Amino acid sequence: MSEGTVVAQQMRPAAERRPLVEHALVQLTLVRFREFWREPEAVFWVFIFPILLATGLGIAFRNRPADVVKIGAVGPQLAAALRTEKSLAVDVLDLAAGEQALRAGRIVLLATPAAGGGVTYHFDDTNPEARNARMLVDRTVQHAAGARDAVPVTDALVREPGSRYIDFLVPGLLGMNLMGSGIWGLGFAIVDARRKKLLKRLIASPMPRSQYLLSFLLSRLTFLYVEVAALVVCGALVFGVPVRGPIWELALLCLISSVSFSALGLLIASRVRTIEGASGLMNLVMLPMWIFSGVFFSADRFPAMFQPFVRALPLTAVIDALRAHMLQGAGLSQLGPQLAVMSGWLIVCFFTALKLFRWR
Amino acid sequence: MPTLPNKPPVCVHGLRKAYSDVVAVDDLDLEVRAGECFGLLGPNGAGKTTTIEICEGLLAPDAGTVELLGMRWENDAPELRQRLGVQLQETQLSEKLTVDETVRLFRSFYRCGPSVAEVIAMVQLEEKRSSRVGGLSGGQKQRLAMACALVGDPDLLFLDEPTTGLDPQARRQLWELIERFKTEGRTIILTTHYMDEAERLSDRVAIMDHGKVIALGTPRELISSIGAEHMVAFAMDGGGAAPLNLASLESLDGVRVARCENGGYELQVRELHRAVAALFEETARRGIVVTELRTHSATLEDVFVSLTGRHLRDE
Repeated sequence: MSEGTVVAQQMRPAAERRPLVEHALVQLTLVRFREFWREPEAVFWVFIFPILLATGLGIAFRNRPADVVKIGAVGPQLAAALRTEKSLAVDVLDLAAGEQALRAGRIVLLATPAAGGGVTYHFDDTNPEARNARMLVDRTVQHAAGARDAVPVTDALVREPGSRYIDFLVPGLLGMNLMGSGIWGLGFAIVDARRKKLLKRLIASPMPRSQYLLSFLLSRLTFLYVEVAALVVCGALVFGVPVRGPIWELALLCLISSVSFSALGLLIASRVRTIEGASGLMNLVMLPMWIFSGVFFSADRFPAMFQPFVRALPLTAVIDALRAHMLQGAGLSQLGPQLAVMSGWLIVCFFTALKLFRWR
Repeated sequence: MPTLPNKPPVCVHGLRKAYSDVVAVDDLDLEVRAGECFGLLGPNGAGKTTTIEICEGLLAPDAGTVELLGMRWENDAPELRQRLGVQLQETQLSEKLTVDETVRLFRSFYRCGPSVAEVIAMVQLEEKRSSRVGGLSGGQKQRLAMACALVGDPDLLFLDEPTTGLDPQARRQLWELIERFKTEGRTIILTTHYMDEAERLSDRVAIMDHGKVIALGTPRELISSIGAEHMVAFAMDGGGAAPLNLASLESLDGVRVARCENGGYELQVRELHRAVAALFEETARRGIVVTELRTHSATLEDVFVSLTGRHLRDE
């Protein structure tokens, strides 16, 4: 420090004591809150939209009672025999009308009497429902003719929450939401501030630069828990979607996921100067994850050769971990691979972003 | 104001900054004295903003030294940022925050300084205190930017084109504000491409062109340096008349320099009454009808024109 500084400092009054709310980090974080709440669209997309989506899909894919299978039978005798099975809806038709109905898909199977007291089944063996119908019809026909089960069996029905589509969907939407708000939330705000030369103005002031980034993290963490709680509580109350693992582990999982996605957002925003550039880059990064990471269907459905790529995506790890935790009650110790993928992305993105970041 | 005795608060030596295609600042020296308002005047692209941004620590120079308040950016950046007030060209503050919230944010970065209410009063935005920034007029936004520069009670205030893009009334308001800061004894560095702004606000002016200071002095000194106190501009009617010879115009009584200008002529004149009389005598003798005769006292603009042959704002 030069001699001039010492003299100059002696002339200035010492730093004043100030209440907590006047500290830079608190003020920067308050700015983040205010900018968010004063943007109604952001509130909609982050909080309302995922709940609407979950509700809509939940209704569309709700569990119905086991379906009744529609079949046709030629001749009243055969029809009467088949009607003893409750899950078959039997139409009595003549052969021509029956074939017509089969072709039109109004029935999936047509049973006709054959020579020698036999029965012929007309059906499309590539249609799973028709194959299912054939088994049902055949069992009914055999039983009606006096066949008996060699082994006595009883059915114990399991319709437990946790294995329905809505149970599968809610963790997927949660992961997607964490990704969206992490990447957009951080990326957009930074690119917008750079575009407006606000970043440049801020670094011309004595603002501690690390606190600027920290304010994003703090506000993210606050919103994170509001948005996770909204979706999880809504899923639990409306559809009975379970959270089987300890709640603090869910909180920790969401925290790690959100911080990883925020780091990815920071990396995307490290150089871009325009909103268009940022949107393009963000969509480029998020699109593969929307498709491959198993938000709406299992990522296992992709061919084996894609799996290493699919498994390396941060959203796949997040969704896998959330599903395992919420639906199977898996503890963090069982989620090692997923946590490793998330932390890997976090570390690589964060340090690359710090290296690339431009305030101007 | 707490500045060091004997040492100017701003000393810039041998400053150089080149971009890939152009040398923005070319071996520039500047000294700004304590308590003065120093104007950097020049056309767009003269290197004013590059110079001021190097002083503000936002750009690193390729060569040269900048010493502010006895400190250097290399060693004392955090302390310097505490002591400088900065208003940048084209900064858009967050539109969703209120005036009060914006000032409060910037105030939180500084160790000491006036209260938020005091700063807002300084820039006369009390009535807009709880309005959103997005709803402010251009002049009000610029005053808010000024407030953000003042929250740390700076010893050195940098204003980069503070009135560009404002309507005349808003400009005058801002000038009054800056004049008030001057009376408080702050050292101010101001860039502008408006000669009237530089003339009104600056104690001393450096005229910049192509990255160099081409003239330096008080506005009075600079204007008298061209040796003429008045400017006479005229056009002439009559397509058939032969164009006037510049040398013959310069030989007229009281005329110092003559130049062609937008199809007309411009004369730098020492004694207006004699020069105009001589001009009419000459044109009458040649049968030329003078139209659009205009005269004005020489300004910094005329200084720039006489130094470079171009106008400050060549569109």
